[in-house]
Formats: sequence, structure tokens, C-alpha cells
Amino acid sequence: MIDQVRVKTMMPPGHVRTPSYLRGKTGWIERRLGAFGNPEELAYGRGGDKRDLLRVRFTMGEIWGDTAERADDTLDAEIFAHWLEPVKE
Amino acid sequence: MPHDHHDHAPHSHTGMSPSGHPYRADNDEPLTYWQIMEIAMRELMIEKGETTAAEIARQIDTMDTRSPSNGAAVVARAWVDPAFKSRLLNNASDASREMGFDIGALQLIAVENTDEVHNVIVCTLCSCYPRNLLGLPPDWYKSRAYRSRLVKTPRAVLREFGLDLPDSTTLRVHDSTADMRYVVLPARPIGTEGMSEAELAELVTRDSMIGTGLPRTPR
Repeated sequence: MIDQVRVKTMMPPGHVRTPSYLRGKTGWIERRLGAFGNPEELAYGRGGDKRDLLRVRFTMGEIWGDTAERADDTLDAEIFAHWLEPVKE
Repeated sequence: MPHDHHDHAPHSHTGMSPSGHPYRADNDEPLTYWQIMEIAMRELMIEKGETTAAEIARQIDTMDTRSPSNGAAVVARAWVDPAFKSRLLNNASDASREMGFDIGALQLIAVENTDEVHNVIVCTLCSCYPRNLLGLPPDWYKSRAYRSRLVKTPRAVLREFGLDLPDSTTLRVHDSTADMRYVVLPARPIGTEGMSEAELAELVTRDSMIGTGLPRTPR
């Protein structure tokens, strides 16, 4: 059972650690990293409540479509849980 | 009229240096906004007793003593000690501390190259790098060209580094987007049987731990 997730497409202003090129893309959870202070709060001197951080793996084919060099190559990124939505098969 | 030429007078810093390179211009331009901000913050923190100038100098000194040779020692240990390698892949921070490296709060993940998989590290959002183990990153690591191209055309970028991956190898790019930092555990080169841990560490280059290169092969 692979946990498939999609990166939300929201575009909030501010200090965001979710790269634009991954928004709307579907990947799977490579590992769970635990809870870390929310950078969107910490960057502005606010408390930064702990949020779950996950390593999500995407195929290059998913990210770049036909222009990927090799569709089965992968890209891993750390994405906070509040940026992810589950994908139903 | 040799005396009319002042460009090459002994103390002139225009034109070319004796070694044939242009002189670097003095940095006479005013401070930038962020440079002023940094100085103001530093002076305030010293005034308020949060830190001292000596402590800041000591921290800079500590960072400057960190170098890729620290990572090379970790890699060489993993090549000769399977139990250590397993601990490294499970928790690279603890494994580095176990070897006596002061890595502070660094959250490190080691990713292993094999016959089938090659790993390479980037930080597209800024310049995250395992500094507390490997020291300061190379300038190209922080360039927009590397950061933007490595996620889109990584194989082309690696070819520019002299690394032409076969199509049978899966390439995994790791974008350090948040709290983790990454180091590549390169595959042990063939022909290194019988080499000591210290000799093996000599083969491990900085680029091989970023993934833009491979370890040296023994002569």
C-alpha cells in the first residue's frame, strides 16, 4: 500500500518551503520525518507550531511530463503535511 | 617615451597584475540594506549581552575548520564497517556524532549510491547544505543555474560535471526544501580491496558526496 499524496496548488504569500514546481503534482510518501516548527510562522518571529514533515517522492515524468529526461528518475522533497492532500485511487 | 606610461608603474593597480590577471576592484561601494541589518542585529545582540564578538569569531572559526574531509571519513568508515553503514543510513546525524564530529543540530540523511541508483543533492529554494559536516558549500551549489537546472535536466547537468549516467541507472534528485540536509554515500570504487580506511577516505571527493561526481579510483 503506497501512500499517494498531491501537493496543494495554493499560492499564499510569505516564506513558504514548498517549491512552486511541485504544486499540483502527485507523489508518494518516502518516509515520515516527525514534527518540525512551521517555517511559515517561524520566518516572522511567531511561535511556529509543530507540523508533520514528510519526504515525498515524485517521478520526473509526473513533474515534467514529456520533457523529462527519463520519466522513471525521481525527485524527493520535504513537504509539510498541511501542504498535502490524500489521493484516492 | 617609456615614462609616459603610468599603467604599469610599480604601485599602479590598473591593468593587469604581473601574473597577467586583472586586479580585483576595491569594495568601496556602500553597504547593502541587508549588510546594515546584519551589523545592527549583531551590535544589538552584543550590547544586550546575548553574545560576544569573541563568541561570534569562535563560531566562524569552528565553521571554517569543517571540511569535506569530515564527510570523507564518514564515507570511508561506512565502506569498511557494514554495521556502521547500517547506522549511517538509519540516522546519519548520530553516526557522524559517533565519529566525533561536532555537527550541532544538523538533521542529516545519507542516501546510498548502488549499481542501480545514483543520488544527487540540491536546494532549489536557497542553499541548504550539510555545512556542519562538510563545511561551506561550493559557489556553484548556490547558483541559480545549478539550483534550477538540477531538478529539470539533472542528467545534462551531471554530464557537464563529467558524469554520464547510463540509462539503466535510476537517478534520484533530492531537493533540501525544509529541515533535513543530505549527504550522498557513494559506492566504493572497484579495485580498492585491501585499502585502509584512511586510504579510502582520500578517494572521497566533495562532489562525490553531493552526487555531482564519483570517488577517485586508486592508481
